[in-house]
Amino acid sequence: MSVPKTLGIETEYGIVLRGTDDPNPILASSLLINAYLADRDPTPNAPRVSWDFEDETPARDARGETPLHALAPEIETHMVNAVLTNGARYYVDHAHPEYSSPECADARSVLVHDRAGEEILVQSMASAGRVLRDGQEIVVYKNNSDGKGNSYGCHENYLMDRATPFGQIVQHGIAHFVTRQIFTGAGKVGTELPGMNRDEIGFQITQRADFFEEQVGLETTLKRPIINTRDEPHADARKYRRLHVIAGDANMSEVATYLKVGTTAIVLGMVEAGAITRPFVFADPVRVMQDVSFDLTLKKTVALDDDTRVRPVEVQRSLFEDATRFIESHGTDDVGGPVALDVMARWGHTLDLLETDPMELASTLDWVAKYRLLSAYSERHDLRWDDARLAAMDIQYHDMRPERCLARKVGLETIVSPNEVHAAMTRPPDDTRAYFRGECLRKWPDAIVAANWDSLVFDVGTDPLRRIPMMEPTRGTRAHVGTVLDECDTPLELLERLSG
Amino acid sequence: MAEREQKKKVDQRDEVEADTLPAASESGEKLKSDMDDLLDEIDEVLETNAEDFVKSYIQKGGQ
Repeated sequence: MSVPKTLGIETEYGIVLRGTDDPNPILASSLLINAYLADRDPTPNAPRVSWDFEDETPARDARGETPLHALAPEIETHMVNAVLTNGARYYVDHAHPEYSSPECADARSVLVHDRAGEEILVQSMASAGRVLRDGQEIVVYKNNSDGKGNSYGCHENYLMDRATPFGQIVQHGIAHFVTRQIFTGAGKVGTELPGMNRDEIGFQITQRADFFEEQVGLETTLKRPIINTRDEPHADARKYRRLHVIAGDANMSEVATYLKVGTTAIVLGMVEAGAITRPFVFADPVRVMQDVSFDLTLKKTVALDDDTRVRPVEVQRSLFEDATRFIESHGTDDVGGPVALDVMARWGHTLDLLETDPMELASTLDWVAKYRLLSAYSERHDLRWDDARLAAMDIQYHDMRPERCLARKVGLETIVSPNEVHAAMTRPPDDTRAYFRGECLRKWPDAIVAANWDSLVFDVGTDPLRRIPMMEPTRGTRAHVGTVLDECDTPLELLERLSG
Repeated sequence: MAEREQKKKVDQRDEVEADTLPAASESGEKLKSDMDDLLDEIDEVLETNAEDFVKSYIQKGGQ
């Protein structure tokens, strides 16, 4: 049985503090986020709703046990940890600023909130600029690698039915994550694969493929697995699991982000419904992930475990055809509603062009746009792929300063409007529990002492602290609670209405 | 992974990699001149010392 694919994106940004000999990235990340928060509400000691770690279990493994050889993810360094009125979480993770979008109901909504996150980072850089010393500047990059073997992630999360066998998710998830790279890749100069020289590969499709070493596992920072088994649903664990996808690139292209989450929601819906007719099991999935990323022609085949061979675009075509039948028979209610139909149209069109000439996709796919730009530049200046100028342009493609960002200059097609993005910087989506979280934070910031994905903790002065659980991601929407929230003038009234 | 195994993998990859870079050729004159304009434009904003910039772009590993 499928459940609505509530979904979200979390992005760790690269960060550079210029103009100092000691560019401590943790302090820079804290300063960046604090400067943004202070600009939103400059009153001294303004209430900051902090994250609530009750119920977080990042070391729980979806395979049912926590294997002894699997290291638990390291405890995250939580220096700054804010919840915003759009329902998002903005915090320091490891040594990066991280923005986790609110829960969204479809790919378009995720895209709006991912873009809103980018604009929040842009504003944060400006806010930080006002408090930094002369000559210093914080710059953030929406990429996944520093070109020296260090990677940081852009993760997706999808609500799934607990009853779906995890083995099914592993089998079909790997097939999709390995082959969707041909449209989700953000492009990268060189390789960081251990054992290879950086310049053995001129340019590859993805930022991340070099960093995967396992098919399935719990880790996210080392020995990264294609399927991550973190079992932390942030919802009713009897009904749901949250598939935590770490195998994707951060995208600058709106179409790429939209396709990445839109197609994955549909594929996971098909896994739940048992609607995938042809399973693809690779002989060596980790190797295939890298070989797919290395082949810009998309013509090469990869080996399946039955000794036959297939091109990545054929795997995608098969999933697309299954999805067409799935939507005809099951409808789109659980995979994004009408947005899923638009995702299907774009998915089909993208696969058509990937079959005939991938270079035709320079206005929609990051890796093609970047490759086309860097190729033209290297032709003009007669450069080899190992020239530092191309590596610099690769990084600068992801520079979040609008005037410096190369991705903003290459003519990428947009899907959502600047007004929608601007609104989403402060307003939550209407159609998930993020609405309740965000609206309560906007109305009563003084009364909320902590928040997390599945609860809010109120302090209304008289009673002990009151925790409001939100274990159903599809409840707490404007349709469910909009009227109640509008009618209550105080948080106490709200608590009484909710318990009455 | 044993070092020898990794090495072998890499050798196999080399054969596959020979012809992977397609020409990002422009079909029309219009596209070509658009790209020329873009290259002129971005020349203004590119990092001035590419080598130093790339060298100093070092991140801590994350998730």
